[in-house]
Amino acid sequence: MSPEAMAAQQRIDPTQVVGWGVDADPANNPTYPMRDISKDSKGGLDWPRPDLQPETVEVLRSTEHNRRPAVFGTSTPPSGISGALRRQAFKSSEGKWSHWLILLAADRINVVEGVAADLMAGRVPNIPAEMGIKSEVAHNMPGLIRKVAVTGAVLTLAYALVRSRQGHDRDYRTAPVRR
Amino acid sequence: MLAMDYRGPYRVRADHKPMPEILHPEDAIVRVTRSCICGSDLHLYHGMVPDTRIGMTFGHEFTGIVVEVGSEVRNLAVGDHVIVPFNIACGKCHFCQQGLFGNCHESNSQATAVGGIFGYSHTAGGYDGGQAEYVRVPYADVGPTKIPAGMDLDDAVLLTDVVPTGYQAAEMGGIQRGDTVVVFGAGPVGIMAARCAWLFGAGRVIVIDHLEYRLDFARQYGPAEVYNFRSIEDPVYFIKKITDSLGADVCIDAVGGDAAGSALHTLLGTKLKLEAGAATALHWAINSVKKGGIVSIVGVYGPTGNLVPIGNVVNKGITIRANQASVKRLLPRLIEHVQAGRINPKALITHKVPLEEVSDAYHIFSAKLDGCIKPVLVPAAVDVA
Repeated sequence: MSPEAMAAQQRIDPTQVVGWGVDADPANNPTYPMRDISKDSKGGLDWPRPDLQPETVEVLRSTEHNRRPAVFGTSTPPSGISGALRRQAFKSSEGKWSHWLILLAADRINVVEGVAADLMAGRVPNIPAEMGIKSEVAHNMPGLIRKVAVTGAVLTLAYALVRSRQGHDRDYRTAPVRR
Repeated sequence: MLAMDYRGPYRVRADHKPMPEILHPEDAIVRVTRSCICGSDLHLYHGMVPDTRIGMTFGHEFTGIVVEVGSEVRNLAVGDHVIVPFNIACGKCHFCQQGLFGNCHESNSQATAVGGIFGYSHTAGGYDGGQAEYVRVPYADVGPTKIPAGMDLDDAVLLTDVVPTGYQAAEMGGIQRGDTVVVFGAGPVGIMAARCAWLFGAGRVIVIDHLEYRLDFARQYGPAEVYNFRSIEDPVYFIKKITDSLGADVCIDAVGGDAAGSALHTLLGTKLKLEAGAATALHWAINSVKKGGIVSIVGVYGPTGNLVPIGNVVNKGITIRANQASVKRLLPRLIEHVQAGRINPKALITHKVPLEEVSDAYHIFSAKLDGCIKPVLVPAAVDVA
């Protein structure tokens, strides 16, 4: 079917849609917010500031801020190797790719730190449960079976390759030396 | 208290955490009554947003009851039921003064490019979010809005993000009477953008996605013409053909960095992380819009860079508008729309899940299982009905 024919089947009469045009007031145009210079800076950061939240945890600050914003979140301050990387990342500005790529690297290292922290606290993380295995069983059993089969096949293939390689190395080491 | 606990890409759990405390005179502590999982939470869940730290609690769409207020809070009292906008905004800086509550300059130490957002990584300020029994709400006099008498909590919780973001997507499109509007993405925000496009007088609303169950919903809820990009093969060509080769007046990207539909963008954006997410929808939006038209972006991308046809933006004279929704600015009008029956937010909710089962809720939403459009978490102490 041609695109035009497909579209013709679905055309909607807008005047039949509940609320059609109720926000189309021409006097309210442009509807989207525009810069209002009457409320803009008269000289930099000159607005009356809120009180400053006491800094009870380490808060990293973008180099592009000339001063720390008044409030901040206290969730998960930087720590460990990932924290050291994050501190390094915050030495460069938001405009640098390195800033963000280092943070992404820190995030991945932080995952390992999270598992280690669980184990040190005597808790073995139930990773399948954290990934929602119960809902996968309930709503996507064929998909789960497929994933398990593919993962199993890949692992079996990898194991077979390693064994084959080990066998080859052993044969090479034990082969008689010809003079 | 019980709270969602991020453990790494595709791994979250419900865990016990310390109760939040008042840390600033303008803080409030809120007992959560509803908390959604947002499509943009999936970008965090998939490990795409830099500085997402292990142990953080996500959640920027929540309602609750005020249980404690700081010494300078004047507009709220203990016991108030509140809609809490996802933006953390001081109300005093130049941006808040201009109604740009999503761009506050006094709420995010870690970045200047975005204001503070609840539970949205340290790139958005490092605040624990509302997928918990309790949450700290900074600047409590500015953002939180009392829930009008008689409003259903399930409607109220969607006014924290989904409805304002969808509405602002249409608003930023500068829609004129009779315009053709194409929305890329039939997630909750895309569906809401399609609905709101009519309120601005659109003459034709089209939604593009690849999930049939979501397209079926958008067809009814918008209402909208819906097309599956898997069956039309080339969405840009298709849109040109059904608009007499001109293109749409307004294109809305309501997908962001988790888009399907382009092997190249998926490889670079979601697999290798060499783009700040797969910019497939934005790419299509730029190429599908009419010369001189408007592309409105509310889909979330990371902070690095994306591969999009910027040359076509220049050659076609396209205007691009984008922002995090300014929830506080829009709430009065949106509450009117809900009360008048013009918008029915709670119809989007397909799954209501106890907070304890947050791992499964995330997986169902992420993997698009069980016809999921919008999951809502409900703490145990709150009636799930």
